[in-house]
Amino acid sequence: MRYEHVPWKNNREVNMAQTKTFSIQGMHCASCVRILEKSLGKVPGVERASVNLATGKATVVCGGQVTDEKLASAVANVGYKAMVGHQEQTLDEEKEQKTRELKDLRTKVLVSLGLAAPIVWGSFPGLIQTSPSFLQDFIVQFLLALPVQFWAGLTFYRATIPALRHRTANMDTLVALGTSVAFIYSTVVTFFPQMVSQAGIEPMPYFDVTAVIIGLILLGRYFEAKAKAGTSEAIKKLIGLQAKTARVVRAGKEIDISIDQVQIGDIIRVRPGEKIPVDGVITEGESSIDESMVTGESIPVDKTRGDKVIGATMNKSGSFLYKAEKVGQETLLAQIIKLVEEAQGSKAPIQRLADLISSYFVPVVIMLAIATFVSWYVFGQQSAFLFAMLNSIAVLIIACPCAMGLATPTAIMVGTGRGAEHGILIKDAESLEIANKINVVIFDKTGTLTNGKPIVTDIVTSDKAKVTKEKLLQLAASLEKGSEHSLAEAIVKKADEQGVALYKVTGFKAIPGHGVEGMVGKQKVFLGNRKMMEKEKIDIEPTRSHLVGLESAGKTVMMLAVDGKLIGLVAVADTVKDTAKDGVLALQKMGIETVMITGDNARTAKAIAGQVGIKRVLAEVLPQDKEAEVRKIQAEGKKVAMVGDGINDAPALAASDVGIAMGSGTDVAIEAGNITLINRDLRSVARAVDLSKKTMGIIRQNLFWAFGYNIILIPVAMGVLYPLTGWLLSPALASFAMAASSISVVANSLRLKNARL
Amino acid sequence: MELKDLLVIGLGFVGIIFTYWFFLGKKPSFAEATGGQGIDVVVEGGYSPEVISIPRGKTTKINFIRKDSNSCLEEVVLPDFKIKKYLPLNQKVTIEITPQKSGEFGYSCGMNMYHGKIIVR
Repeated sequence: MRYEHVPWKNNREVNMAQTKTFSIQGMHCASCVRILEKSLGKVPGVERASVNLATGKATVVCGGQVTDEKLASAVANVGYKAMVGHQEQTLDEEKEQKTRELKDLRTKVLVSLGLAAPIVWGSFPGLIQTSPSFLQDFIVQFLLALPVQFWAGLTFYRATIPALRHRTANMDTLVALGTSVAFIYSTVVTFFPQMVSQAGIEPMPYFDVTAVIIGLILLGRYFEAKAKAGTSEAIKKLIGLQAKTARVVRAGKEIDISIDQVQIGDIIRVRPGEKIPVDGVITEGESSIDESMVTGESIPVDKTRGDKVIGATMNKSGSFLYKAEKVGQETLLAQIIKLVEEAQGSKAPIQRLADLISSYFVPVVIMLAIATFVSWYVFGQQSAFLFAMLNSIAVLIIACPCAMGLATPTAIMVGTGRGAEHGILIKDAESLEIANKINVVIFDKTGTLTNGKPIVTDIVTSDKAKVTKEKLLQLAASLEKGSEHSLAEAIVKKADEQGVALYKVTGFKAIPGHGVEGMVGKQKVFLGNRKMMEKEKIDIEPTRSHLVGLESAGKTVMMLAVDGKLIGLVAVADTVKDTAKDGVLALQKMGIETVMITGDNARTAKAIAGQVGIKRVLAEVLPQDKEAEVRKIQAEGKKVAMVGDGINDAPALAASDVGIAMGSGTDVAIEAGNITLINRDLRSVARAVDLSKKTMGIIRQNLFWAFGYNIILIPVAMGVLYPLTGWLLSPALASFAMAASSISVVANSLRLKNARL
Repeated sequence: MELKDLLVIGLGFVGIIFTYWFFLGKKPSFAEATGGQGIDVVVEGGYSPEVISIPRGKTTKINFIRKDSNSCLEEVVLPDFKIKKYLPLNQKVTIEITPQKSGEFGYSCGMNMYHGKIIVR
């Protein structure tokens, strides 16, 4: 990893110089850096180009005439790919374009409804008598409707014409078709009334219908676009979390540099109230850090030297120095963003039916509109032509393919975003859908339900030995100092915490499967299990009752003997996570069976399971057999979620219906599971299932509404209720219902934003 | 039933058949990419070409160029590849995919109105 500079090409002042920073794909080594810098440096107008292998970015200082395209082509010429202003640029562009579109739409809505109002006043039965006579003039109505149809409504034609050229159709086609029919008929009535009269039809234009339809549909689009912007808020918020600069210590000086220029190994200063720029490990100082924005964990975490910090989290109290370990696309935040983006681009299986229907929908609606026209014309009584025309227009307008298209993706967008806010990363929409059907959750024990690090839980002294607990710990820790066993580590750590000074040990010997022995001064000391005591013929009777009690609580007990006499016991155990019991209980309350799987013996396993409230225990399962156990439960006809750390239980996670990987700070095993919990909070398992249930609930409501709306209202618009009830749907009312339908689907999805998890 | 009624029935019938043939009976445009080659897809009233054939196990660049201001087409979604991209008007947006499985994979606009297909061979 290196950072190289190309020297200035010349010393003249750079007029109108600008700095462009962009990502480059395809770099592997330092020679790539040189090739790229050389190629970029050759672009006329480029004053300086530096390429950073670590961050995968190029920084170019150049004159105003150098375009992004020229830089991209210089990069492409040597076989790499430049993402010139990629993510930020696209986001800004998107935002800018959206703002422009919304503004434009708003103007069109105001103008079209503003022009529709006088037309309605001058033509609507009941209102017409109150209107000034000029508004009743057909030519005035035509002039008012003209800009609505061809300026505000231009958007429908612009979408329809190229679509027809490709022999496809969408909602705009239906609107363009419906309003055009009404507009052309009304124009004929206005300018050639005798033609209509001769056909026995009262010459009455429908400019009110065309203007109101266009006005209301555009109004609907306006609200829909505003609501849709809310569905992608979570990802925008995540991208916005990224710090812009970092205060890096270089050559003994602290300098502020752009985040893109931070390299792995840089020492970065973070002061109170500042954002941590990239992922790394604290080298000096300590602080309390608010990680809620990334992990969803609400309580600030105290961190000190050696602890990992996450980029984009907030330093609260202290000032510290840390070493950058992950930069650019490698940071936790970048990975989270990528995962959420991918999930939002995936498709839930529930959408399949909507997909199938949407590909036939618009042509079928056009065919139904033709059938409606024919039926009303042939079988209608009086004014058959007008009924035929208005009802077929109503059919074209009421049909709402958008609601079906929006039903699932908007809910997935909001649901996955909401999950990310709580430290629940969902890999794809399919996982979200399956999680809703889960009825068994299997927890791996070590490192998942427990902290995975044994600690000393009990120190028991023998009544006869007359030693203090401190002395016992002192002897045990002195002996274990030379051992590498994880239990030894726990004992030495305990002594360290209590400030106990250690003895010098001579003749240390570790006996595998038994324990350790050594000389402390002139005393021969043994620390080990029952087997060791039996071997050394040491009587364990004085502490037997304690021993049995501790062992049945699932703890590992080691006995300490000095000169052939037992003086006490040290019990070591893995502790359960604070959130384990509540996490298990929350799942049980949802009616989900909880199971624990472990390689430990049945007694230890049961003790831990008892502490967290799990009844079904699969003990003494070798790591390679965990997958088979998952399959056995699936064979019972159950949908299984497996919760593990994603490292040594990856096959079991993969075999389960939904693999849930517990991440740990920056080492997120994102690839391991279908769902990754970055906050290590076991209550998040139930939250993930809850989120899935809520999202799927919303999707079902949306699909039910979108299908139901079309299935019920299209026949109503066709006039099937007319023979029974005399009901017909006016085209203007149809446009209102259509606009309301797609807004309601998006608004329903947005409810997930406020869902309690 | 009068003659004009019969005429309207006849025209209606023809209209329905025509609609079916016009929208549902068309042959989608097709393009094939060989290894390393990119394919340009013009986004205007749909996707052109609609069907793209690409090789398995090789990275293929698909360049989407949206020329249609219709907001329906502003996003392209390739769900099987977990890709959703915003397509700014009149700009080339490149998507790189390296399919590992053969088969047919659909893609669509953000509102699922316009459809295309990727055939991995």
